[in-house]
Amino acid sequence: MSTVRVLVGTKKGAFVLTSDAMRMKWGVEGPLFAGWEMYHVKGSPVDPDRLYASQCSGWFGQMIQRSNDGGKSWEPVDNKFVYDGIPGTHQWFDGTQHPWEFKRVWHLEPSLTDPDMVYAGVEDAAMFRTTDGGASWHEMSGLRNHNTGPQWSPGAGGLGLHTILIDPTNPQRIFIAISAAGAFRTEDGGTTWKPINKGLRSQYIPDPDAEIGHCVHRIALHPSRPNVLFMQKHWDVMRSDDAGDSWHEVSGNLPTDFGFPIDVHAHEPETIYVVPIKNDSEHFPPEGKLRVYRSRTGGNEWEALTKGLPQSDCYVNVLRDAMAVDQLDSCGIYFGTTGGQVYASTDSGDNWTAIVRDLPAVLSVEVQTLA
Amino acid sequence: MIRVELPAHLRTLARVEGEVELDVEAPITLRSVLDTLEARYPVLRGTIRDHVTLKRRDFLRFFACQEDWSHESPDAPLPEPIVSGAEPLLVVGAIAGG
Repeated sequence: MSTVRVLVGTKKGAFVLTSDAMRMKWGVEGPLFAGWEMYHVKGSPVDPDRLYASQCSGWFGQMIQRSNDGGKSWEPVDNKFVYDGIPGTHQWFDGTQHPWEFKRVWHLEPSLTDPDMVYAGVEDAAMFRTTDGGASWHEMSGLRNHNTGPQWSPGAGGLGLHTILIDPTNPQRIFIAISAAGAFRTEDGGTTWKPINKGLRSQYIPDPDAEIGHCVHRIALHPSRPNVLFMQKHWDVMRSDDAGDSWHEVSGNLPTDFGFPIDVHAHEPETIYVVPIKNDSEHFPPEGKLRVYRSRTGGNEWEALTKGLPQSDCYVNVLRDAMAVDQLDSCGIYFGTTGGQVYASTDSGDNWTAIVRDLPAVLSVEVQTLA
Repeated sequence: MIRVELPAHLRTLARVEGEVELDVEAPITLRSVLDTLEARYPVLRGTIRDHVTLKRRDFLRFFACQEDWSHESPDAPLPEPIVSGAEPLLVVGAIAGG
């Protein structure tokens, strides 16, 4: 029988939640790396017991941990993220140029084919890669050296590279997103990159055709249709049917189109999920009601999913890396909140239950479906 | 023997309990002590000083003989009680964070 393992990164440690395929009773292990900010924990698709974790701290900087046994034991691997060559500068909040400075790893994306290869999205925005299981990291500097690099500027949360999507049909094609530079695509495994932001509109950018500067919060795709991308932007939920060459808005009847995560159902490529947040300064659900919105039409037509979620006095946020789906026949949807709850639905979002309620603020959620 | 007292999180990373004792070649300075510490516990590289610049991380402080050495030159000779091992060099996490 299958089992499900949920990897939860929080502001004060990591947690591993496990259940059988019924997903009714959950074991909770943790906190691992107690006291550290665990930005992201993710497993290799080809070796699910190989896990990588981004561990960081304002005091002690960045660590990367690796497990070879599904999280039972961990070993620190290389934590040296050094920009290639002379780092140069990017745009600062006041419009001046500011030196590129490594701060933390936001996102770890293991290769779809090689458990020793992992991509790391970091702040200040850059992409790194290991090909030796984390023993060394090297910048893929073609991204940061894109001619728009000096114009990239941080969002309120920093200049973070937070989304990495590998095309399962062509591993040379990778999509990434940076707050607040926008989305980029490589067709050659990361040597050269192209901004893919046509059609995005951001009220704080005077030029409606701006090539970069968009605060993309998250991109998702279904593995069966890697040319179809779904985006939760700062404001607006967007869709592309041509691998990012152009985007159109699919916010439709959402109560607000601000939010952070977006994800796709495991078996229905047109079924997508967002968590609307009131606005850019009030990072909580509108009306104090925590509602996941589901579209079964790839956007535009949305329904509120509320059963089992708090419908009064709820003022938590759901961060961009804190939603994931499992691969079981009845697709499970999971998300974590800044209030420390991890909610799960075993029926595509119709009904929700809190697996845990009182963790530290949840930064990331990943799900592994194990045979 | 040079004694170094690390914050709890760094002791966990280095898998040590209590103070660390190091054989450090003279001159005994912050730089030579930290170089020796990182050579013996490579996991600590980047956690106390930046990998490249070797600059002290902002929220860590160095104390020697009840004095704050955080802003001293890394090549300044440490006080005699540190050199003799009578006193430990303290690496302290600043009051910060949440």
